[in-house]
Amino acid sequence: MTNQAFVTIKNAAKSYGNLEVLKDINLTVERGQIVAIIGPSGSGKSTLLRAINELDPLTSGEVWLEDVQINKKLPFRQYEAHVNQVRQDIGMVFQHFNLFPHLTVRGNITLAPRMLKGLSEADANKLAEEQLAKVGLSEKIDEYPSRLSGGQKQRVAIARALAMKPKVMLFDEATSALDPELVEEVNQVMKQLAEEHMTMIIVTHEMDFAASVCDRVLFMDQGVVVEEGPPSVIFQNPKEERTRNFLRKHLSR
Amino acid sequence: MDYELILRVYPFFIEAAWVTIQLSILTALLGLTCGALGAAARMSRLAVFRWIGATYVSIIRGTPALIQIFILYFGGPQIGIQLDSFSAGTIALGVNIGAYMTETIRGAIQSVDRGQTEAARTLGMGRWETMRKVVLPQAARMMIRPLGVNINALIKGTALVAPISVVELTYTAQRFIGSTYKPFEMFLLSGLLYMIIIYAVGQVINWLDRRARIT
Repeated sequence: MTNQAFVTIKNAAKSYGNLEVLKDINLTVERGQIVAIIGPSGSGKSTLLRAINELDPLTSGEVWLEDVQINKKLPFRQYEAHVNQVRQDIGMVFQHFNLFPHLTVRGNITLAPRMLKGLSEADANKLAEEQLAKVGLSEKIDEYPSRLSGGQKQRVAIARALAMKPKVMLFDEATSALDPELVEEVNQVMKQLAEEHMTMIIVTHEMDFAASVCDRVLFMDQGVVVEEGPPSVIFQNPKEERTRNFLRKHLSR
Repeated sequence: MDYELILRVYPFFIEAAWVTIQLSILTALLGLTCGALGAAARMSRLAVFRWIGATYVSIIRGTPALIQIFILYFGGPQIGIQLDSFSAGTIALGVNIGAYMTETIRGAIQSVDRGQTEAARTLGMGRWETMRKVVLPQAARMMIRPLGVNINALIKGTALVAPISVVELTYTAQRFIGSTYKPFEMFLLSGLLYMIIIYAVGQVINWLDRRARIT
């Protein structure tokens, strides 16, 4: 693990008309670091995450992945080519999985690598098998997503993202839509990624998971980072009143 | 009911039904083309195209199809467009149904969950790649039924070219009424043939829809 800045967010701000959803946020994530972003809904945490890969571009500020500025201002065509390129390095997992329902699990995983990296069918199949084995779903390779449970869908979604060999993974409330008994299988996969030193930024409501897996926790409220630090500090000894209030509600559950 | 008359004239109606079928097929093909282009225009990132698409739809949907047919067939020669009645009818009806199909196609595409596009774009797929490989295959299934409704309307709408003397089912009925004074039998016969055509097309649509739902 090297201690270099990997994902850098500088003076990030975003507003919809008069509504400011992000206010001057700065964040540096190092290679291999796992950062959790917690906070009440509407705090801007998902927006911040989605700004990293330009799904919700910032109004102002900069986002960098290593030495590449992700949110470069470019003419439309160049901008499209640029984001298509950088997004290949940034995996994302969504709350609602967003698997492609018209494709099998294999099709879901191989579509982008085949189209974007020009993988042959055989190589793509091998890749799909590897990634599925990793999330423990090898036997589901020829199923359609509609035949999978929520937890299995999310594991396939993770495998699909990993198949692009991303440098960083973004998780946007990856377990929030799951039945409680299915959360653990997804958490297991994420823990395994953590052990492999994947750089991860995780928006989550699961404080226990954040506490046990993450190196750093950011608490956001009303578009600002209220407090950040190692989980031991944030969860056991937070400085800010707002953090304490939030945690009181969430940890007592 | 004059069955003998029906037996005598029905071959002419079969011929007319064939014209209605040809008219329907060509109109449907032109309509689908206009619909696809119209939908692409309406969803373009360029305001000019969106404006063109929206104007097309509102003009066509805001005026009677019969007027559109008359403008092209009777008004066309005034501005240098000379068309025989079959071509004028096909083009006017095709452009007409195309406006409705524009909305059908756009509706189906926009009903595909945004998360699908987000997931594809996040993997690095471009706008067009995402449309082609992720959105359209899903939208296509959702448009079969509403496009079937459009096509059903279009087949019945082909009756509107009777006034410009295309020898299709409605015109043929009118023509035989002129010589036989039996409107009940003649309109019933043409109506029955419309129904058969529509039933057959409906079966094809159902089959396509069922096939698309298998996965």
